[in-house]
Amino acid sequence: MNKISEIKAMSLVERARRVAAVASKHADDVDAKGRFPQESIDAMKAERLLGIQIPAAFGGESASTAEIAEICSILGQACAAAAMTFSMHQIKASSVVSHGVDASWHQDFMKRIAAEQLLLGSATTEGGIGGNLRNSICAIEVDGDTCRLEKDATVISYGEQADAILVTSRAHADAAGSDQVMTVFLKGQYTLEKTHVWDTLGMRGTCSDGFLFKAEAPAEQILPKPFAEIAAQSMLANSHILWSAVWYGIAADAVNRAQAFVRGAARKQPGTVPPGALRLAEVSSLLQLVKSNVQAALEKFEAAQADEEKLSSMAFAVAMNNVKIASSQTILTIINHCMLICGILGYKNGTPFSLGRHLRDAHSAQLMISNDRILGNTSNMLLVHKQDTSLLG
Amino acid sequence: MNSTIRELLSKHGGLPVSVETLADDADLYEAGLSSFASVQLMLALEDEFDVEFPENLLNRKSFQSIAAITAAISSIAPDSQVA
Repeated sequence: MNKISEIKAMSLVERARRVAAVASKHADDVDAKGRFPQESIDAMKAERLLGIQIPAAFGGESASTAEIAEICSILGQACAAAAMTFSMHQIKASSVVSHGVDASWHQDFMKRIAAEQLLLGSATTEGGIGGNLRNSICAIEVDGDTCRLEKDATVISYGEQADAILVTSRAHADAAGSDQVMTVFLKGQYTLEKTHVWDTLGMRGTCSDGFLFKAEAPAEQILPKPFAEIAAQSMLANSHILWSAVWYGIAADAVNRAQAFVRGAARKQPGTVPPGALRLAEVSSLLQLVKSNVQAALEKFEAAQADEEKLSSMAFAVAMNNVKIASSQTILTIINHCMLICGILGYKNGTPFSLGRHLRDAHSAQLMISNDRILGNTSNMLLVHKQDTSLLG
Repeated sequence: MNSTIRELLSKHGGLPVSVETLADDADLYEAGLSSFASVQLMLALEDEFDVEFPENLLNRKSFQSIAAITAAISSIAPDSQVA
């Protein structure tokens, strides 16, 4: 057996845990310096995790969203920035896997993702559109077999480290803002001129700097489906589920630390219940809610995946929005409770119970696709969508 | 029905182009129909034709074109005259 097949013979969870061990070692340094979690990404590549979603026919492992979510959660417990990078890469991979299977260029690209463990980045945000990824100002210019694009991308996570970037734009110069396409640009086909520096409260290691993005590539690299369909059918669900899995991971590690704190206190004073124990019970219930929320979303997505109409339905969009809102809000409550449990040792950096990084990373959850925007979108749909009141439906 | 739909589309669709320039089978999303405007259009259609869109019609496809909207409304209000 060669090395790659040896690695692939191990379970995904086992491989993810080995990456998590590396990520955990560097998490504080990544956070403190606001640097890219390079060691973790190298470990993901060594464990062949970047290509797992690619169909086996193209050299990947046909991993399901559930399997990928589990990895996101494992990594999220170690280093949120590394986990978020992994999840964003997989969300981009899902666009290619779901919408590029019929195009020969994208088939070859999938083979390369698996073989070369390419890291995929994303440029959907643009100056002047107020964070609405379903609206573009820039337009792709197709000139014979070549396409050109210039985008004022105010955020491209790990833009400098990515091996390829998937970029949204209007479909042509006269297209409406919502008539968008997504194009794959490979490193070497674009230039990045830094316009904004990512110096943030949390998620510091994703290095989501802003760039003026300029690219030229063969026009066949444009994904053959409208971005509206890509967004509705693969990006929406994958983003909300995989991000929620990362967030669950952050919260789960915070609860682990709080539990260790309570246990330590209980051992020191046998026969008494430590003051934080009740809060720990409370937080355990909240964590279960988040976990069930993500699990239910995975089931819903799996059930809808075979049915394009279901994937594009309002019921599905509302459900996925709700998953994102609930998990992004609840983890903040959870980590805050954990902080109350651990007290000053949770507040301080450099203790086994430190929660500052968790809390700061978790604060990004309600902002990456602003919850207010999502609630606005859901409230619009609720004007016509009727809720399903069944318990199991 | 066609002219009513066109009128409502013009009023609620928020399209950057004139509805008159659109063929019945023209893709409304390509013409600039946003998800927000599509819901506003649905509400106006429900009010105008006194119908409620069932869950299975609340998807992108049902509102993809004027022809699709006509078909969707005809399927739930079979008495309406399709002009």
